Amino acid sequence: MKVPLSQLAHTRSGDKGDTANIGVIAWRPEDYTILLRELSPERVKAHFGEMVKGPVECYELPNLAALNFLLHGALGGGGTLSLRVDAQGKTLGAALLRMEIEVDERELTR
Amino acid sequence: MIRIANGQGFWGDWLEAPVRLVEQGPIDYLVLDYLAEVTMSILQKQRQSDAGLGYARDFPPLIGRIATRLRERNIKVIANAGGVNPAACALAVRRLAPHLKIAVVTGDDIFGRLDELLGRGIEMRSTDTGARLSTIRDRILSANAYIGAFPLVEALATGADVVIAGRSTDTALALAPMVYAYGWKDTDWNRLAAGTIAGHIVECGAQCTGGNCQVDWQSIPDMANIGYPIIDVEADGTFVITKHKRSGGRINTHIIKEQLLYELGDPKNYITPDCIADFTTIALRDDGPDRVRASGIQGRPRTDMLKVSISYSDGWKAIGTLVYSWPQALEKARAADRIVRARLHGLGLRFDEIYTELLGANACHGPAARPPADPPEVELRIGVRGQDQKAVDRFTRELIPLVLNGPPSATGFGEGRPPVREVVAYWPALVPRAEIVTQVEVIE
Repeated sequence: MKVPLSQLAHTRSGDKGDTANIGVIAWRPEDYTILLRELSPERVKAHFGEMVKGPVECYELPNLAALNFLLHGALGGGGTLSLRVDAQGKTLGAALLRMEIEVDERELTR
Repeated sequence: MIRIANGQGFWGDWLEAPVRLVEQGPIDYLVLDYLAEVTMSILQKQRQSDAGLGYARDFPPLIGRIATRLRERNIKVIANAGGVNPAACALAVRRLAPHLKIAVVTGDDIFGRLDELLGRGIEMRSTDTGARLSTIRDRILSANAYIGAFPLVEALATGADVVIAGRSTDTALALAPMVYAYGWKDTDWNRLAAGTIAGHIVECGAQCTGGNCQVDWQSIPDMANIGYPIIDVEADGTFVITKHKRSGGRINTHIIKEQLLYELGDPKNYITPDCIADFTTIALRDDGPDRVRASGIQGRPRTDMLKVSISYSDGWKAIGTLVYSWPQALEKARAADRIVRARLHGLGLRFDEIYTELLGANACHGPAARPPADPPEVELRIGVRGQDQKAVDRFTRELIPLVLNGPPSATGFGEGRPPVREVVAYWPALVPRAEIVTQVEVIE
């Protein structure tokens, strides 16, 4: 079955120059493995389409049941160069929560 | 245990926060973070027009307001409010709080030393692009090395009530009192990393106490009186993040995790002037209401380079908006955008970028969101950026005419044409640590 990422995790996003980062934190530590399995850098990049010009990297923080995604070239130049309303990527974390995640029903009730 | 509170996450943060931190309960240190990359260039310009400016002007009146309490409760203040002119900041504080002892930390500002450094082969290439600094040399507005906690510790050791620095890192402000109070050595990597991570958690003020927080945000109590964060730190580096009792907001492990990940790069390699902190070693647990305990943090030796923040002028930009209402609001806004672009093209104006967003349709989430079918209104937002100030200025005259000569039901032009702003770009670079020698001066 498919569920929105918001059911499994919460996020916070911010900027470093033209790179946005999105921290993704599992609501339940046991769901961290689902995040690892389903949230590949390729899928995250595809989710944002043309908004992200560069590569996407993923770092793992198992101690926090969290992943940290770096989205390079995602902020229209970043800082004061950017012409975007969300020049600092503050809302990209919420945007990621829209992603549909494939889970086994048993994983949600374990 | 010592208690370190952060009352300011950036210049422009809530003015009441630091006052409440000293009024509403016990703290030992109040730290205030005023600087962002762009702030330094603004301050450098202010200093060029008036040699007595170039610092965070909110800071002296704040200290004036809380000076009596600071003395009564023996609270020490550490702030990077000095910007590019810490000495002038100190004089302004002394005028408003004459009984306080002030220590000023300088040596981070290398704006006047750039040619000397370049001449000795210190290249300061962009760590983003690898480009040479000479490509922007004549457009540089400010240049500062990030300094760590130890110069601030030296300032605290003078017995100062208020420590004023320039471009110290945000995390150093909170780490410095720990090093000072507990006598941590500059090779105590695990403790330095713990203090650095504590500093990272609190550096954005209320973002770790329930602000900008997705975790059940509607139930967070009394946001109007949100409490700013306090670190209760032990000599071994373990710490609790908390806030004053009866203040608003909330602290729990999920909220602290959100802030730990905020603006994070590689979690194993969080590099500061003081150490390299490893975020994958943090053990967090809830420790009672509005208390989260962190332990187990490990760090590694600092690098022999310091990061430099260089800002430079990179042209001009302007962003204008118009609102289009139902019916066909999206189509009208798209048509208006095409018309503006055609007119700019017809005028022969060149820009580095023209960027259009439709607020209410796709501006924040882009392709990740499905645009609404037929919204009651959308805001057309067009931005241009380029090296020709006149072309950018001409653009600002192309939006309001659309109200009469473009698609129907446009409104929201009451603010007039948008301002033309200088683009200040950011050039991250490195310098050898040995090149940056800080000084501490006491002003009584």
